[in-house]
Order: sequence, then C-alpha cells, then structure tokens
Amino acid sequence: MEHDVVVIGGGNAALCAAMTAAEAGTSVLILETAPRAYRGGNSRHTRNFRCMHKGPLGPLVDDYREDEYLADLMKVTAGKTDGELARLAIRSSEECLPWMQDHGVHFQPPLSGTLSLARTNAFFMGGGKSLVNAYYRTAAKLGIDVLYEAQVTHLELAGDQIAWIDFSHGGESHRITPKAVVVASGGFQADTEWLTRAWGPAAKNFLIRGTPYNRGMVLADLLDQGVQSVGDADQCHAVAIDGRAPKFDGGIVTRLDCVPFSIVVNKNAERFYDEGEDVWPKRYAIWGRLVAAQPDQVGYVIIDAKSLNLFMPSVFPPLKADTIEDLATQMGLPADRLRSTVDEFNAACGDQTGFHPTELDGVATSGLTPAKTNWARPITEPPFYGYSLRTGVTFTYLGLKVDENAQCSTQEGPIKNLWAAGETMAGSILGQGYLAGFGMTIGTVFGRIAGREAAAHAS
Amino acid sequence: MQADLIQEARRQAEICNACRYCEGYCSVFPALHRERFLTDGDITQLANLCHNCRGCYYACQYTAPHEFDLNLPKALAEVRRDSWESYAWPAPVARKFHTHGGAIAIASVLGFAAMFLAIRLIGSAGGDGFYAAFSHGAMVAIFLPAFFLPLASLAISLKKYWSSVGGTRIDLKSVARAFGMAAEMRDLSGGHGDGCNFEEEDRFSHARRHAHQAILYGFLLCFASTSVGTLMHYFLDMPAPYPLWSLPKLFGIPGGVLLTGGCVWMMSLKLRSDRTLGDGNAWGGDFGFIALLGFVALSGLALYVLGSTAAMSLLLALHLGSVLSFFLLTPFTKMAHGFYRLTALIRDAQQRQA
Ligand SMILES: Cc1cc2nc3c(=O)[nH]c(=O)nc-3n(C[C@H](O)[C@H](O)[C@H](O)COP(=O)(O)OP(=O)(O)OC[C@H]3O[C@@H](n4cnc5c(N)ncnc54)[C@H](O)[C@@H]3O)c2cc1C
Ligand code: SF4
Ligand code: SF4
Repeated sequence: MEHDVVVIGGGNAALCAAMTAAEAGTSVLILETAPRAYRGGNSRHTRNFRCMHKGPLGPLVDDYREDEYLADLMKVTAGKTDGELARLAIRSSEECLPWMQDHGVHFQPPLSGTLSLARTNAFFMGGGKSLVNAYYRTAAKLGIDVLYEAQVTHLELAGDQIAWIDFSHGGESHRITPKAVVVASGGFQADTEWLTRAWGPAAKNFLIRGTPYNRGMVLADLLDQGVQSVGDADQCHAVAIDGRAPKFDGGIVTRLDCVPFSIVVNKNAERFYDEGEDVWPKRYAIWGRLVAAQPDQVGYVIIDAKSLNLFMPSVFPPLKADTIEDLATQMGLPADRLRSTVDEFNAACGDQTGFHPTELDGVATSGLTPAKTNWARPITEPPFYGYSLRTGVTFTYLGLKVDENAQCSTQEGPIKNLWAAGETMAGSILGQGYLAGFGMTIGTVFGRIAGREAAAHAS
Repeated sequence: MQADLIQEARRQAEICNACRYCEGYCSVFPALHRERFLTDGDITQLANLCHNCRGCYYACQYTAPHEFDLNLPKALAEVRRDSWESYAWPAPVARKFHTHGGAIAIASVLGFAAMFLAIRLIGSAGGDGFYAAFSHGAMVAIFLPAFFLPLASLAISLKKYWSSVGGTRIDLKSVARAFGMAAEMRDLSGGHGDGCNFEEEDRFSHARRHAHQAILYGFLLCFASTSVGTLMHYFLDMPAPYPLWSLPKLFGIPGGVLLTGGCVWMMSLKLRSDRTLGDGNAWGGDFGFIALLGFVALSGLALYVLGSTAAMSLLLALHLGSVLSFFLLTPFTKMAHGFYRLTALIRDAQQRQA
C-alpha cells in the first residue's frame, strides 16, 4: 500500500497531524515504534493542555489572554524562546480546544480537582491515555492506517526532499516513498548513551518519566544529514521524583510534593538548597537539576509527623522511623551527621505562628546556610518520614528547527516535503524551562499545521 | 474478608490516589481522594461503589505490561464479591452460588417446578384460570415466606456492611441523592455523558447503562404488577386472571418485555466484554443470575400468551419455580448488588455532605 503522507510517531503531535492530513483528503500512514499497549509516547502520561481564551471556553473559566500566556512563558524560559512561534502556538491554542472535543477528547468539568489551574489549563478526563485512545478511534474512522512496532531507522534526504523512509516491522526492513513526511517522534531522553554524552556520566542515574521509546533515532538521523537544529543537548525538562520510581514510564505518580515542608539532604546528610524558595509547582522543576548536581545524583527528603498530610499522597509510602538516627540508617545516610544537620536546622527555626502551607509565609530560618525562607518548622515530632529523590527527565530540548509552517530546513533552505511537530521541535519555542501544559499545546498546534501543510503538498 | 484481595485493591487505589487522572469517571474516585489512608472499610465501600464500567481501565497508563499492573475494575470486583460473601447470611450459601451459580439456578428452577407440578398432581384447587392449577392459598403459603425470608437475610447483611463502612444515621437527603444516582445510573455514564467502556475496549457506549436500566425498570414494573394484583385480590376482591386493560397487565406486559430484552442484551454485552477486567470467579454466577432473571420474565410472558393452552400448567410450574428460585436466591446472587450499591451510594452521599 502506498500513502500520500507518512507520520512518524504515535503520540499527540503525530495523531493531530495524521487526522488533519486525512481530513484534507490524503491517505495517511502512522508508523509507531511502540507496541499497541504502549502507543502514545509521552502523551499518554499527560494530564492537561494550556489554552488561551478570551472568555469562558469549554472547561476553562474566566479568561487567559495572549499577553498573559506569553508573559508566563517568558518568565519560565527567561526569554529564550522564538517569539513569533510562541505567539503562533498561544494564539492557535484557543481554536484547538473545540477541535480536540470534536475529535473525541473529553475534559474534566471545571473546578473539580485539586489543582487550581481551572483558568489556564484544561484537564483531560482520564488523562492523556484516554486522549490518545480517542484520537486513535477517530483516526480509524478517518481511514488512517497505523502500524505498531514499526521503528523508523532512516529518512533519506536527497537535495531538498526526503526521498524515502526506512523502517523495520515484523522483523523485516521496509522502504516506502511517501509524498510528504511528518516527524513527531519525540525527544531522545530514553537513549541513556546520548544523554550521557550531553550531560556527562551523571545521566546514567537519571530516571526517565515517560516512554522508553523516545530514543531520538529519527532526530539523530536527520541532524546527521544536516537538517537544522535548535536547542542544546543538555537542555531538558527535569524534575526531582521519588528515587524508587521505575527507570522508565513512572509517569505522574512518582512526583513528590513534600519538599517545601522538609529539609532535603544529599548522601552526606548535608543540606544544599533552600527548600522553601517558592510554592511547589513553581519550584518543582529546578530540583531535577539540583539533585543531578549532588553526589550519586540522589537527595533525601526528611519530614516529621506534622507535615505528612500537607501534600498530595505519594505512590510509594515513605520510610518511617521513631528517631532521626533510625531513619538515617534506613536511608543509608550517616546517622550522626543527619542528627547534627537536623539539630542545626531546628535551632535556626524561629517564630512559626505565621505558618501557612499554601502560600509563601515567610516563616524562615535565621543564621543558617543555605537558609530555608518559607515554611521553616523544626523537624521534631515523631514518627519521622523520609523519601529519596532522583532526577526525572521529562523531555529533551535539542530538536529540529521549524518555521511557522512547521517545515524543516537545511542550510540551503526548506526541505520540500518534511515537517516536524511536538517534542521533536519543541526546542524551537522552549529554549529552557517549562510551562505546565505547554507540551500538548505545541504538539496540537504544530501537529495540525504539519498535517495541513503535508496534505497540501501531497495533493 | 480476604486480606489479600483488600491489600491488592489498596495497592492499586493508592496509585490512583497519587495520580487522580480518572477523577471524573464515577463516584469511586472522589470517594477515594477523600482519604489519604484507606482502611479495609474504605476499600469495601469503594468496591461497592464501582460499577465495573472499565472507564478507568482503558484510561490508565499503568495497566499491564506496565510494572504497576493496574486493573482497578477487577480488583474492586473481587473485593465486592468477597464482601457480599462475607456479609451474606447464611454465608456458605453465598459462596456456593458465586462459584456454581448457573448450575444452582437451573437445579432450583427445575426442583421447584417439579414441586409445583407435584402439588398440581396431588389435587386441583378447583379455582379459575391459574388457580385451577394451584390454589391461591398454596401460592401465598409458599411465596410469602419466600419473599420475606430473603429480605430479612439481606437486612442482616446490609447492617453488617453499614457498620463496616462506618455508616452513620441515615438522613433523607442522602437517601434521595442515592436513589437519584441509581435511577439514572449516573455512574455508568462515564462522567462526560458518553457512557462507559464495557463491551468494546475504549469505545464509549450507553449500551450497558441502557440494558441495565431496562432490567431495573422492567423488574420494577413486574414487581408493581404483582403487588397491584395482590392488593386487588385482597382489598378489592378481584382475583386473577386480569384482562388486558388492567393495572397488573399494564405493568406486567411492558415490564416483562423490558426485563426479558434487558437480560438478553446484558448477556450479549457480557459475552463480548473482556473477562479479565471483572471478577473471574463470579462470571458464571453473574451470568447464571441474569439468565435466571430473564427466564422469570420470559416464562411470565409465555404464560400470558399460552395461558389458555395445554402447556399452561407446565409453564406455570416453570415460571413459579423460577420466581421462587429467584426470590430465595436473591441474598446470595448478583441481585444483592442492587441493595449493596444503593447502600454504598447512601453512604457516599453522607460522606459528600460531611
Ligand atoms: C509524566 C509526564 C507528564 C506530562 N504531563 C504533561 C501535561 O500534563 N501537559 C503537557 O502539555 N505536557 C505534559 N508532558 C509533556 C508531554 O508529554 C509532551 O510534551 C507531549 O506529549 C509530546 O507529544 P509528542 O507527540 O511530541 O511526543 P510523544 O507523545 O512522546 O510521541 C512520540 C512518539 O514517537 C514514537 N517514536 C519514537 N521514535 C520512533 C521511531 N524511530 N519510529 C517510529 N516511532 C517513534 C514513540 O513511540 C511515540 O509514540 C508530560 C510528560 C511526562 C513524561
Ligand atoms: S486508573 Fe490509572 S489513570 Fe486512572 S486514576 Fe488510577 S492510576 Fe490514574
Ligand atoms: S470501573 Fe468504572 S465504576 Fe469502577 S472504578 Fe473504574 S471508572 Fe469507576
């Protein structure tokens, strides 16, 4: 069978591109390297989508306008973004939401749930896997063919065109020559070798929060052939997650929200950063890097009984002990050292009457380095609880550079029949940092653009 | 109750509590999120709130082959059956039915039918219509206890359930909300109104909800028909048989049709659904129960159509045999789920208010 458009990848961006191209009247094939049960890449782990809107829209309340959205993005990226593409993504997000609903996505009703993002982020009912399921159902109705366990190994770039695609499927190699190609195969975070080259040996200890299938094979292949790139290989979104999480695919449940109420120490039982710097969603992302910089890339969170109910339940129960020394032994930390770190911290805590768990309360330590600038309460009330922390990589930012038509290029100019969408080109907009829900925005917006352009080229 | 089943359900529920993606699907998740630590009673309550609609299973990023191996519909179904067995009184009967449901249903229908035939052979009652076959007195003597004993048994079971889930004094508001939820079967609508994922993987459909409603409302109509008939018999001195344009018939015929159709539909859905997402040990029992219920309705309808033919006494024996089996087995079959579900919904409404 010959298809006009071939989409590489099986996540959100790929599906948005495929559905759009099929609706424009072209025949479409999706090549997804994962088996059916794991289809959908990182998209299957997502929860929400950040969406601009001028008034109440679907599940979103009030309004969230372009300028505010852009300002939020500027804050997290410290200005490292392509303003034009960012505005395009933001502006297009508004029409995406009804489009998503039309293609089977269900959203949580507003104001349900524990996160106060009802204004900026629309939450998928059932999460990203139900979104992916809905899209595959719609894709099937549109007559899109899908091959699972189809790994794309090479795109042959001949001059300004992709001449053919090589992929393996069912133990055999195949070569196809579609008219147009959309790459939506994610970042390279699951390729530990590549991560190690970019980050140094520390990367061996990183956990990968999402799919093991995003190994950057197509990305590397295209970059080798001179396709233009953006971003740095050592830029990625990394958070500190439960140290006991699986190497791959632990997903959302491995996050830990307890850091603001804790002290965090390294394996020498020494504190290394202000745990109370800001409310947790804001500071969550920096801890991935902080932990990565510690010996063996581990951290240990210590809290006491009075803090246990102040944060979201964790997937693995905390370690528990009646004394700090006992907890240290359980965690493999030097007991006397942890004892003195806790004692020093406790002694530096002052007046706690203003303690307020959900806002910056200014309850700080005095005369301690590093200081804890909010929620500083002594760790005194047994039982004591501990979690280990490791660096969890969400996705990498080195990717394909695209223009406002999602088209890829070489130094010589645009590649006539190659487009990219989603994580694989997200670095074009996200130079650093991350804005919750923006990954799905980029994938949906540029997936639809890539699908539209690919179909226009093919027909 | 079986500690290993509860422990497994708790393991899974704790993962859900850290995840919360499924919060909108049904009543289970908001109830789950209210607690940080789930007691055995909490797990039992969650299990009885679950309708096995499978919405959460198909949405879950942690199902096998993922190492977290989530299958919440199955884990809750197993705890649910275990809870009914543990609270049922007398308990051994319940356990037998869940493992040998189909066989027990057939055996008891045939047994009771034979009994009715025997009564018939020993002597006609000399009445009209059906009562020529069996005297009204004989029917009442058999059916009155057959109706009240199971209710008493259920009451004992539900009382045990209520205290295990920490139920408090029942108020009208909670009861009203629970009946509202049950009447609409809101927990089978998927939260977004497109239905559940029962019979064809991740496709949403209202089939199970509608089949279930047909069974519920069909059953209630049949029940109303019988009740009205009884009242007419005793208070208005109007014994059966009743003409077409009479309340018992106006309730009974549509009720019988709905109930029969609903049961057949439900059986076909059950055959299409993935058995590994339910309680494997209860599958036969559940199926046997739906078949029995469908047979009660079908034989009732057949009796109406063929009531004046020679087949009548055999049909009547079979119908009465199935009705009697149905009532007597109620506390130990899937029929009990309706009572448990309603009780769980009342408890849930209480907790929402608290
Ligand atoms: C735990 C977690 C939670 C997240 N939560 C959110 C959130 O709530 N909101 C949000 O906006 N973002 C979230 N993100 C980020 C988000 O997942 C991504 O930005 C988004 O899913 C990217 O979509 P994509 O289609 O580009 O990539 P993916 O969904 O990862 O899809 C890539 C696809 O390419 C396939 N593939 C890879 N290599 C090949 C090959 N050689 N041949 C064929 N196929 C290949 C993969 O199998 C996969 O199907 C989260 C990420 C994680 C890990
Ligand atoms: S069933 Fe899966 S996706 Fe749903 S809440 Fe539980 S863990 Fe999350
Ligand atoms: S199977 Fe359906 S009713 Fe049961 S917990 Fe999952 S979503 Fe709720």
